[in-house]
Amino acid sequence: MAQRTRSEQADRIRHLLETEGPAIHAHASASNARRKETYGGTDDLEALRTDARAIKEDAIDRLPELIETVRDAVEANGGTVYVADDAADANEYVADVVRSEAADGADADAATAEPSVVKSKSMTTEEIDCNDALEANGIDVTETDLGEWVLQVADDTPSHIVGPAMHISREEIADLFNERFDPSDPFETAEELTRFARDHLGEIIEGADVGITGANFVVADSGTITLITNEGNARKCAVTPDTHIAVAGVEKLIPSLPDLEPFVDIIAKSATGQPISQYVTMLTPPTDSPTVDFDRPDKPITAGTDGSDDIAETADDTGDPDRDFHLVLLDNGRMDMREDDQLRETLYCIRCGACSNSCANFQSVGGHGFGGETYSGGIATGWEAGVHGQDSAAEFNDLCTGCTNCVDACPVKIDIPWINTVVRDRVNRSSEPESYDFLVDGLTPDEENGGLDPGKRFFGNIGTVAKAASATAPVSNWLADAGPVRALLERTLGIDRRRDLPTFQRESLVDWFERRGGFAASSQRAERANSRDRGVDIDREVVLYPDVYTNYVDVDRGKAAVRTLEALGVPVRVPDLPESGRAALSQGMIATADRQASQLYATLAEDLDAGRDVVVIEPSDLAAMHREYERLLPEESFARLRDGSYEICEYVYGLLENGADSDMLSSGDGAEPVAYHSHCQQRTLDLEAPTVAVLERCGYAPETSSAECCGMAGSFGYKREYYELSVDVGERLAGEVDGAETIVASGTSCGDQLETLLERDVSHPIELLAPGARA
Amino acid sequence: MTVDTVGRFERALEGLEVGFERVAAADASERIGTMAEEPAVGAPLPFEGVSLPESVTTDPTTAELADARTGVTPVGFAIAEYGTVAVESTADGAEPISLYPERHVAVVAESDIVPNISAGFDRLADGFDTGRDSVVFATGRSATADMGDLVHGVHGPGDVHVIALEDR
Repeated sequence: MAQRTRSEQADRIRHLLETEGPAIHAHASASNARRKETYGGTDDLEALRTDARAIKEDAIDRLPELIETVRDAVEANGGTVYVADDAADANEYVADVVRSEAADGADADAATAEPSVVKSKSMTTEEIDCNDALEANGIDVTETDLGEWVLQVADDTPSHIVGPAMHISREEIADLFNERFDPSDPFETAEELTRFARDHLGEIIEGADVGITGANFVVADSGTITLITNEGNARKCAVTPDTHIAVAGVEKLIPSLPDLEPFVDIIAKSATGQPISQYVTMLTPPTDSPTVDFDRPDKPITAGTDGSDDIAETADDTGDPDRDFHLVLLDNGRMDMREDDQLRETLYCIRCGACSNSCANFQSVGGHGFGGETYSGGIATGWEAGVHGQDSAAEFNDLCTGCTNCVDACPVKIDIPWINTVVRDRVNRSSEPESYDFLVDGLTPDEENGGLDPGKRFFGNIGTVAKAASATAPVSNWLADAGPVRALLERTLGIDRRRDLPTFQRESLVDWFERRGGFAASSQRAERANSRDRGVDIDREVVLYPDVYTNYVDVDRGKAAVRTLEALGVPVRVPDLPESGRAALSQGMIATADRQASQLYATLAEDLDAGRDVVVIEPSDLAAMHREYERLLPEESFARLRDGSYEICEYVYGLLENGADSDMLSSGDGAEPVAYHSHCQQRTLDLEAPTVAVLERCGYAPETSSAECCGMAGSFGYKREYYELSVDVGERLAGEVDGAETIVASGTSCGDQLETLLERDVSHPIELLAPGARA
Repeated sequence: MTVDTVGRFERALEGLEVGFERVAAADASERIGTMAEEPAVGAPLPFEGVSLPESVTTDPTTAELADARTGVTPVGFAIAEYGTVAVESTADGAEPISLYPERHVAVVAESDIVPNISAGFDRLADGFDTGRDSVVFATGRSATADMGDLVHGVHGPGDVHVIALEDR
C-alpha cells in the first residue's frame, strides 16, 4: 500500500482547498443546482432512470454477445473492431493505425511531417494514457475539447469527468495562454480565449491525419457511435479526417437504437442540467459524409462520391470510399468487474459527473483530491478499483462519507455509497497490521481481521467506546479533554485535537427510561394524555431505538421523543438494543455491520410481530435499516423492518394526520422562524418534508437549508486528515443558517458541526415539539 | 403534426436563442437568400418546389467551405420538445456544411416537426432502416464554458436559424 500518511493527506487536502477548491465549488455546485431544477421539471424522470438502468443491466449481462454483434455490424459497414485487453494493447493498436494511415495518405510534402491526431474528449483514452503512448511513437496529438486542450497546454490532468479543467479559473487560463502563445493583445475574457482556441485548433483539425474520439454509447446491432458534446469538436474530429478511431470501454455497448433513447434524454440533464446537449452525434461509420481535405482546397468536398451532382437517394453501405473506421473496445479490467457482484454496477455508469457535482466533499477539493489515476467523484472508487486496482481507489475512497447525496443524482441509480463501502472493506482487509493495534484489540468482538486502521476500528466500534465512556463519566470526559490524551488520540487514532469530543452522559437514555418506570409508567402517561386531549384515541405502541449518540451523549433528544409520543397518546418502550451497524459501515467493516444488523433484527422481531412501531431518531441509523439492510438481511426480514420503522418526526406527522392533537405539543407563535437542516441520508429517504410539515403545524416557520451537507458525516470530521475539509464543507451550511434565531438539525453530526462552527445551541426538531415536562 | 407542435418548437428555439421563421415553399428561396450571409455554401434541398438561391454554393470546394459565413442544409426532421434539428450525414456534405460556417440555416418541412424525443427516435429508426444511419441531433448553438464563462460558437456555429416550410 502506497497510501499517504495522515499528515501528508491533510497537507494535500489543505493545498487543494486553497488552490482548486473555489473554482471547483463554483462550477460543480452550479451544475448540481441546474440538475436538481431540471430533474424536478422532468415528469417522467423516474421512468427514464428505471429504463436506463434496466438497459444497462441487460447489456452488461449480455456483453460477450454484444461484442460479437457490434463486430459483425461494424465490419459489414466496412470498418474494423479491435478488442483490446489492456492499455498497452489498445495504445499499440491505435498507434499502428495512425502510422499506417499517415504513410498511406501522405502526399509528397506531408510525408516527412510526423503523423498528426486530433482528439475529442475521452476519459477512456485518459485511462490508458493514450496521448503519452502516441507521442512516444512520434505522433503529434492535439486535444480539441477546450477544457482538455487547456490541460494539455498546462500539462495537467482532469479534475472532473465532464468538466476536466473545472479547477482552473479564467484568469489562470489567460495567464497560461499569454505566456505560451504570446499574443499581441493579451487574452483576458472567456470570449477572447475561446475565439483563439477555436481558430488555433481549427487549423490543427484541418491538417490532421486521424481523428480519435471516445464514445458515450455504442449501438451494437448497427455499429453506431454516439457522442454527446456541446462544442462540436467531436463532430469535427470524427468526420473531417478520413480516418476515425473510436476508443470505448466495452461497457458502452447497448443492444439497439431504441435503447439509446432514455440515455439521450437523461444524460445532459444529469450532467449539466440541460434538457439535451447541443450535439448528440449518432454516427454509423464509415459514414457517407464526404471527407474534407484541406490539403486540396480547390477540390469539391463532394467529389469522388459518384462523380455526379445527384444526391444519393439512399446511402450505400460502405460510406465515402476514402473513409476508414476503427472501433477499439477496451477491456482493461471491465470483464472482471462484470464478474464481481459488488463492482458490476460501476459498469452501468454513463460518466455524467452527477455524483461529483452532488458531493459536498468533491465540491471542496475536486477530482485531484477526490479521485484516482483517472476517474474522480463517487463512482471513481468503482472505476479505479476495476481498471487500475485497489491501491488507486484506496487513495481517495475515504472521501466518500456515505451521505447518499449522489444516490438520487445518478441517472442509472447506482448505489455509489455501497460501492465505496465495499472497496473500503477490501482495502481494510488488504492492509498490514499496524503497531497501534493493541489499543483497539479486545475493545470489541468485531468481525474484522487485524491490520484494520486503528482509527477506523475505533470509530467502527463506537458503541462499545461510548458505553465504556458513559459508565466512567464524567471522569472519562475530563480525561478525554486533557491535552496529553488528545495528543495520544491524534497520534494513534487520528482524532484531530481541534475537534470537540462528545460529552458522555453518566445516565443513558435506557437507564433514565427504566428509572422513570419503564413501559408501565409510559403507558399510564399516554393514557392520561389520551383522556385529556380532544383528539382521536390512537392505538399504537412504539419501540424507540436508542442509537449510540442518543443513548449516551444527547440523551435530551431521546427524552424529548419519549415525552412527545406520550403526549400524543402513544406508550413507549426504550429497550437496550444492539447497534445498527451504521458506524461499522462507515469504516467499511461490512462483516461487523452484517452481524449487528442480524442481531438488531432478531431483537426487534417480536416487537414487529406484535405490531409495534420502531421509531428512530438518528437518520443515519434509519437509513441503514431502510437501505443497507437490504444487502445484509434476508429479503423478508429487510422488508418487515423497513415497513415497521419510522423517523421520529415522520411518525409524529403520521400521528397528527391520524387525529392526534397537536395542541398537546410545544408550539411556536404561529410563524416562529426556524432554520432547519435535515440530514443527507434523511433527504435521500424523502423524509425532510414530514419534519417541515410537523414544524409548520406546530406554529413554526421552518426555512430549510440548501447546502449539500454539514461536512461532519459521523467520524469523518473527527479525523485529522479530513478535519479541514469537514470544516470547509460545514462553513457553507453554517453561513446559510447563522442568521436564524433558532437552528434545528435532524442528524447528530449536523448538530455537532453547527454547534462547533457557530458556537451556539443546535437541537433536534423533536426538542422544539416536546411538551415542557420534566424527567 | 399540429400547429401546437410548431408553437412548441418555436418556443424551444426561442429559449435557445435560435432564429425561427415559417415560410411558404414558394417564398423559401428568397428568405434563405436574405438570411444567408455571404459567402454561403449549402446542401441541395429535397423539398418539392424549393431550391437554394443562386447566392448559395452547392458542392463547395474545401476552400469555399472554409471561407463560408453561412451553411444552409435541409434537416430530416425536428423535435419540438427540445428545439432539436436532425442533420443527416449525407454524401452532399450536409454535416460539414452545417458545422463549419459560423451561421447554420436549417430548413425543415413542417410535416417533419415531431412533438417529442420519442417521436424523434421513431423517425430516427425509420431513417436507419433505409440506410440513413448517421445523424446529428443539433440543439441550439455550439457552446463551451471551458474558458471560465459560457461562450457560444466554439467549434460549431454560434448562430443558428431554422426555416420551417409551412406547406411541406
